[in-house]
Amino acid sequence: MNADIRPIRTPAEQALASAYEDTKTRLPGGSEIARLRERAFSAFADSGLPSRRVEEWKYTDLRTLLREVAPLAGPPDASAIARAKETVSLPVTNLRQITLVNGAFVPELSDLDGLEKKLSIVPLATALAEKHPLLGMIGKLRPETRDATLALNTAFLNDGVLIEVGEGAVIERPIYVRHVFAGGAAAMVFARSLVSIGKGAAATFVESFEGPADVAYQRNATTELYIADRANLSFVRLQTEGDSALHVSSLLAEVAGGAEFSFSTLTVGGAVSRQNVSLRLAGEHTQINLAGATLLRGRQHADSTLVLDHAVPNCTSRVTFRNVLDETSRGVVQGRIVVRPDAQKTDARMSLGALLLAEGAEADQKPELEIFADDVQCAHGATSGALDEQLLFYLLTRGIPRKQAEALLIQAFFGAALEEVRHEGLREALVERAADWLELRGSAS
Amino acid sequence: MLEIKNLHVEVADRKILQGFDLKVDAGQAHAIMGPNGSGKSTLAYVLAGKPGYTITEGSVTFDGEDLLELAPDERAAKGIFLAFQYPMEIPGVASMVFLRTALNAVRKRRGEPELSTPDFLRLVREKAKDLSIDQEMLKRAVNVGFSGGEKKRAEILQMSLLEPKLCVLDETDSGLDIDALKIVADGVNRLRSPNRSMIVITHYQRLLDYIVPDVVHIMAKGKIVRCGGPDLARELEERGYAAIEAEAA
Repeated sequence: MNADIRPIRTPAEQALASAYEDTKTRLPGGSEIARLRERAFSAFADSGLPSRRVEEWKYTDLRTLLREVAPLAGPPDASAIARAKETVSLPVTNLRQITLVNGAFVPELSDLDGLEKKLSIVPLATALAEKHPLLGMIGKLRPETRDATLALNTAFLNDGVLIEVGEGAVIERPIYVRHVFAGGAAAMVFARSLVSIGKGAAATFVESFEGPADVAYQRNATTELYIADRANLSFVRLQTEGDSALHVSSLLAEVAGGAEFSFSTLTVGGAVSRQNVSLRLAGEHTQINLAGATLLRGRQHADSTLVLDHAVPNCTSRVTFRNVLDETSRGVVQGRIVVRPDAQKTDARMSLGALLLAEGAEADQKPELEIFADDVQCAHGATSGALDEQLLFYLLTRGIPRKQAEALLIQAFFGAALEEVRHEGLREALVERAADWLELRGSAS
Repeated sequence: MLEIKNLHVEVADRKILQGFDLKVDAGQAHAIMGPNGSGKSTLAYVLAGKPGYTITEGSVTFDGEDLLELAPDERAAKGIFLAFQYPMEIPGVASMVFLRTALNAVRKRRGEPELSTPDFLRLVREKAKDLSIDQEMLKRAVNVGFSGGEKKRAEILQMSLLEPKLCVLDETDSGLDIDALKIVADGVNRLRSPNRSMIVITHYQRLLDYIVPDVVHIMAKGKIVRCGGPDLARELEERGYAAIEAEAA
C-alpha cells in the first residue's frame, strides 16, 4: 500500500477493503486491468466513503447511510436465475434484452441471436478473459470531480456488458440491459458497462434496475458511454429497485460533434438511491436532453446529481427534472452546468421542480451554473410547492374524486419529463409504471 | 330542488352572505343580479363547496339532502355544476382525458356504466359541434391557450356532458362578445328542461335577453333585496343598482 493512503475508518470501509483484498486476485482480466483496479481502490481508500463534507454528496451522506457492507454477491445460482426470469420489468415487445443477475451476465436470459450488422454485444467477463479491444476504453471517462463510488465500481470491475454500434449503423431494435438482483439475502453487487455508438450511428438503449422487496442489497453500477460524431442515442433508464435496496449508479458520457443524446430516467425504487450523470459535450453542435422523473414515498431517499460540461462552442443542452415526494421521502437534485472558456454560443437550460405531497416530505434542489465564456445563453430555475388547491377544486367540481384529481395534477407535473422518450412502447411503459405508483397512492388512503 | 335558508357565510372573518334565502324549483331558471361585492360569487362557490368559506348560520338543502355536508366532487355527482367565472388552466392535463375522467367518475357514482372510447368520442364531438368548439381546441391541455370565449364555451361543454340537475353560471357572460354570448346562451338554453334548474349570476341584463329567467333576484350586501319577473332586470338596467337598493332599504 502507498504511504499517502489515509487509514480506513468506518467498519463499512474496512469491510470493503477486505472484500477487495479477498477478491482482487480472483477477478478476471490481465495485468492492465488489475492495475486499473488497484489504482481505483487506492483512490477509494484515500477518500473513504463520501460524507456530507464532500460537496457532491452533501445531501446523501453515504458514510452514514452505508453502515454495514453486505458480502460480495457470487455468481447467480439456478434459483436466482429462475426468479429473475419470472419477473418482467418492462413489458415492451421487441427489445433485445441482456440480463445481468446479481451483476453477472446470464446467457440464457440474454438475446444475442441474429445481432444486427455492426452491432456487437459482449459480456464484460468474457471480454476481460479475451482481452477484448474495447477494454482499453474502460475507465477513461472521468467525472469532473473524483467520485469514491465510481472508484469502488472500478476496483470491483468484474462483469457487465460491452456494446458497440459501428459507424453509420442504425439499430432499430432497442438494446435493453436489465439489472436484476435476485438473491434471497443481502449482497453487494457491482456491474460495469460500456456503450460505444459509432460515427453517424443511431440506437436506443435501455437500462433497468430492479430487485425484491425487503432484501437490503447494495448495488453499484456504472455505464460509460461514448457517442461519436453525428450519432444519435436515445437512452431510457428505469430504476425500480426493491424498497430496502441501496442503489448507486453512474452514467459517464462523452458526446462528440453534431451528436444527439437524449436521456430519460424514471426513479421509483430503492430505500436510498443515487444516480450520477456526468456528461461532457466534447464536439460542436451537439444536442443533449436530460429528463427525469422521481416518484417517492415512505422514507425513500433519491438523489440525482447531474453535471453537464460544455467544453466546446455551439452546443445545446436541456435539463428537466421533476420530483414527486410523498409521506416522509426526500428527493435531491443537484444539477450543474459548466461552460468552459471556449464554449461560446452555448445554449443551456435547466429546470428543476419538486412537488411535495405531504408535510414530512423534503426536496433539495441545487441548480448551478459555472460560466467561463461570455457569449452564452444559460438559464436555470428550481421550483417547489404543493398541489394547487384552486386547480384541485376545479377538478373536484367536475365530479372527479380527490385522489383521482390529485393523480391528474401529479401526472401533469412530471409528465413532461417522460414525454421525450421517442420510442412509443418505452414511453408508454414508463408512463404506465408511473401510473402504477399513482394508483398505489390512491389505494393506500 | 334547492332551498337556501338564512345563509350566513364568512371568508377570513369578513361577513359576505348575511341571511341569504333562495328557493329554486325543478325546471326553473333564476337570475341573481347585484353590484360588485354583493356576494354573488361567494354564493356560487358555497354551492360548489369551495374550501375557505365558513358557514356560520343557515342551511342549504338539495333534493332534500344537506348539501353543506358533501364534498365538492360528491355535489357534482348529485348534480350540481358550477360554470366558473374564470375557468382554470391546467397545463399538462389533456382536455379529453379531463372530460373523460370527469364524465366516467360522475356516471360511476350515479350507477351508470362508463362510456366506451368510441361512445365517449362521439358524444364529445356532437356536443362540441353545437358549441362551435373545434377538435383542435380539445387536443390542448385544459383551457390552456383558450381565449376568454373559448373557456366559457368549454365550461358549457363540460356542463352538457355531465348533465347536472342544477347549473350555476357565475358571470358566464363576462368577457364575451355578442356572438360568443349567443353561442353560450344557446348552449345553456338547449340544456333547459323540466328536471333541470339554473342559477344565472350576472351583472348585466343583456345575458337575460338570451337566457330568459323565471325569477330575477337582486342581491345587495349578502342577501336578496328584491325579486321579480324578467322585467325587473330591465328596470335595473334603466335605473341602476343604487336606486333599487335605496328603495329596498
